[in-house]
Amino acid sequence: MSDMIQIRDVSKVYRRGKQQVEVLHHINLDVESGDFLALMGPSGSGKTTLLNLIGGLDAPSSGSITVGGERIDRLGAGALARWRAAYVGFIFQFYNLMPTLSAQKNVELPLLLTKLGRAQRRKNAAIALQLVGLADRAAHKPGELSGGQQQRVAIARAIVSDPELLVCDEPTGDLDRQSAEEVLALLELLNREHGKTIVMVTHDPKAAEHAKHILHLDKGTLVEQVESDPARAEAARA
Amino acid sequence: MKYLHLIRAALFRRKGRTFLTLISIMAAFLLFGMLNGVRQSFADAGKSAVGATRLQTTSRLSFIQPLPMSLAARIEQVDGVEEVTWANWFGGAYQEPSNQIFTFAVPPNYLDIYTEANVDQAARERFAATRTGLLVGKTLAERYQWKVGEQIPLLSNIFPNADGSKVWTFDIVGIMDTDDSFMSQTALLHWKYFDESNPYNQGQVGWYVSRIGDVEAADRIARDIDTISANSSHETKTQTEAAVTANWIKQTADITLITSSIMGAVFFTLLLLTGNTMAQAVRERTAELAVLKTIGFRDVPVLMMVLAESVSLILIGGVIGLGIVAVLGPVVDAMSGGIVNLPPVGWSSWALGIAIMVLIGLVVGAPPALRAMRLNVVDALAGR
Repeated sequence: MSDMIQIRDVSKVYRRGKQQVEVLHHINLDVESGDFLALMGPSGSGKTTLLNLIGGLDAPSSGSITVGGERIDRLGAGALARWRAAYVGFIFQFYNLMPTLSAQKNVELPLLLTKLGRAQRRKNAAIALQLVGLADRAAHKPGELSGGQQQRVAIARAIVSDPELLVCDEPTGDLDRQSAEEVLALLELLNREHGKTIVMVTHDPKAAEHAKHILHLDKGTLVEQVESDPARAEAARA
Repeated sequence: MKYLHLIRAALFRRKGRTFLTLISIMAAFLLFGMLNGVRQSFADAGKSAVGATRLQTTSRLSFIQPLPMSLAARIEQVDGVEEVTWANWFGGAYQEPSNQIFTFAVPPNYLDIYTEANVDQAARERFAATRTGLLVGKTLAERYQWKVGEQIPLLSNIFPNADGSKVWTFDIVGIMDTDDSFMSQTALLHWKYFDESNPYNQGQVGWYVSRIGDVEAADRIARDIDTISANSSHETKTQTEAAVTANWIKQTADITLITSSIMGAVFFTLLLLTGNTMAQAVRERTAELAVLKTIGFRDVPVLMMVLAESVSLILIGGVIGLGIVAVLGPVVDAMSGGIVNLPPVGWSSWALGIAIMVLIGLVVGAPPALRAMRLNVVDALAGR
């Protein structure tokens, strides 16, 4: 399988007043297309920073990042926004849905950036909601849904424009165990059946077990790479 | 257009706050509608197409100084003058001195020059034939429920009649069915009755009005009229009707300055109020805006959405406010029987009002819109 993500010698330095803080230190990483990677590590280890770089939300201080054959570290803000709209779906810990819009309208949001007409947007959003098992909640606003349902709406929003890559920042961090398992099962389904490449940041070892690979970060450096399920990893490589 | 539901959702995210802000905006533009109508009415006074063909000749010393009647024939001789009439202030009041009525003593040919009085032929003939005849404006007649054929007393605050009393009796001979708001509240009495009855004014007039054929020649004709009385004891000053009205208004009060000052204060307050509302509304939505940018909305559309939200807020409130004045103005006028006269909201008021709404919307929307545009997604998502 070809590499979906290639990270070469990437460092990220933040300025905090007069101080410079190196959050990521010369990272090298390859993620194959169709992989499901869990990024773990203690707070402040640089997991979310690495995820933001992969998702094109932030730029590295040095090094190169290639996603789907595109050198995203070279893209300007406008081009990067267009690239994100086309290739990446985002899932956050706190769902980040628009509270004044219905589930249907929330899912339609990424499609507003496409040339699709209103009817097609509605149809695609309905399909995405059906995929996450919430077709009957389309007219509900986020405040009328449980946490697990809101996260499933957020997943529908992330996949509605059919991106190749899903980046998930603690997607189960705000959910009870049962809801978390439902969300993780859904992510597994998207990875297995629909071929989505998933990079997920998590603190939860149980959540990480759903990934094909687990990567540990500590103080901005990759420390080990674990295959969570050797049989599945083998199957994925085959 | 496809972002319209996002703008609407943002606008009514906090309904209570939006509702209160809309009421403030409505109140501001309600005031604007009324004040701008007053300002426009004063600015337009005497600027009618008919008014441009009329020159008014008064004493150079003061407009209350009378002029000799003999001047009429000489003014008529001036090249370009088609017809000459005259008038005198009567200063009438009905029943109570506080019920002041714009009353002028005029000869019958006054109606040839002031055609906007719109008096039918039968009424004109009655006015010419009746010494005590009185023509009353439509609004005035409605206010006091006067009918043709009715006899009414008017109190002059200046002139006594032949009996020495200041109460004059008139016979209403016609109604001036006019759209001119001033003339509609005016009464015209027969010159002969006025001139022969009062002991002060015989053989003199308050001012002359000349109808001219060529508006372009107005300056030259005015100079020629004033030349007739040059170096005499009754030197004259001839001006177009618009200039006379403008001078008169200026002597009374600078309406434009007064109305502009009030509107300026109101809009400045509105600017602060809506500016604060918008800043608060956008600050509350920082995470939502960050999500929009995360999923691919670029900086300029985000900026435009916040600006559109701000402009929409002002436009909704402003149009409702102006609309209330436009709709209720005629209703209040009608219900008051002409006592209250709210100027209509004309197209110029609408155009100026909408331009102000858009401008205020852009000004108050610009700071939060720029903030939204420059939002750092990573910091905003992390709650920093």
